[in-house]
Amino acid sequence: MPSMIAQIRLVSSHPEVYEPCEDSFALVDALLADRSKLLEHQPALCLEIGCGSGYVITSLALILGHAESGAYYMATDINPYAIQVTSETLEAHGVYAELIRTNIASGLEGRLDGLVDVIVCNPPYVPTPEDEVGRDGIASSWAGGENGRRVIDKILPIADNLLSEKGWLYMVLLAENNPSEVCLQMREKGFASRIVVQRSTEEETLHIVKFWRDPDIQIENNESRSKNRNGNTKASESFFTQMSRLSFWKRDSEQ
Amino acid sequence: MKLLTHNMLSSNIKGVTNGFPLKIEAEKIIERPVEINPVFLKNMFAKLEWKPLVEASRTMGFSELPEDVPDMSVLDSDEFLQKFHHALLEIHLEEGALVCPETGRKFPVQKGIPNMMLHEDEV
Ligand SMILES: C[S@@+](CC[C@H](N)C(=O)[O-])C[C@H]1O[C@@H](n2cnc3c(N)ncnc32)[C@H](O)[C@@H]1O
Repeated sequence: MPSMIAQIRLVSSHPEVYEPCEDSFALVDALLADRSKLLEHQPALCLEIGCGSGYVITSLALILGHAESGAYYMATDINPYAIQVTSETLEAHGVYAELIRTNIASGLEGRLDGLVDVIVCNPPYVPTPEDEVGRDGIASSWAGGENGRRVIDKILPIADNLLSEKGWLYMVLLAENNPSEVCLQMREKGFASRIVVQRSTEEETLHIVKFWRDPDIQIENNESRSKNRNGNTKASESFFTQMSRLSFWKRDSEQ
Repeated sequence: MKLLTHNMLSSNIKGVTNGFPLKIEAEKIIERPVEINPVFLKNMFAKLEWKPLVEASRTMGFSELPEDVPDMSVLDSDEFLQKFHHALLEIHLEEGALVCPETGRKFPVQKGIPNMMLHEDEV
């Protein structure tokens, strides 16, 4: 199977569409590293947010390939040329995904809430001046505003809504995006996290972080919320809780 | 766009409270055979809104789905699964539009791709 992924060809390209780079490769390597878990996971609905050339969603469809349970793939992008290139990439590799031109998952939210088992996302993460975010064309594939977090911070709560109880999110994060802070934010929504792939190039340090709902964290969150309501303010949070927060980033758990 | 996707889309315009289901205006419909997967279909059945699927497939020229939400037991019938499979996965809206049930705003579908992008005053 890895050799099939290595053979993914760019059958089509467009000057306005992000070509697969180190970040795209790292994300696919994370999916490959998790391949047997993904097969066991039997996702019914999979979604990519910001599919660009289609390299990642095509790889995911090939990785899950002939999973007995079958899966339905959807991918979004704001860039119409990206949608076009993705459709050609999929077709050239004999796989299929439904493509929707939209902002993040607008139009899918609501109905699709709680139904998606796997979300993959390589967002625009490069720190840039705020006014570069969301411009037309190729700039929107990388421009991420302050700390590169503008689009990422919009995607996270949407992913939380869309993911099913057993849902997984794989996201590319740059060191400058402050991944540990992103993980803390997600922890407050009840998610555990793990770095599946970490890779440094000359220019950047990439993390592929996987998020999943963790019942223990959800219970912990509820308990600390009710404590706060009873007058125990944040300031009096125990040393113990703070310790566990610091250690979770490194903790290797089941998923 | 397959009807499974249609079943997951709603009007995202600001202020719209009843954006589902989107009405289909079909200009070009195509059919593409897909291998049937009963496990997948059984899994998906629970996630669907039935009536919008029946309505959508009728608009697309296929009227063989039962009007009322069928009992889970139909999932054991090959005949039902065939029809369900066809409606859900084999019929594509290639050209046309999805219409917001509340405002009438049309979301174009071109080359099988729905465009759900909003104008500035709709966000
Ligand atoms: C870094 S590129 C990744 C492309 C591809 N997934 C890959 O890994 O090679 C980010 C992609 O997200 C898209 N994008 C940016 N902002 C978006 C938004 N608000 N909604 C949907 N897609 C967006 C861009 O057009 C671009 O194709």
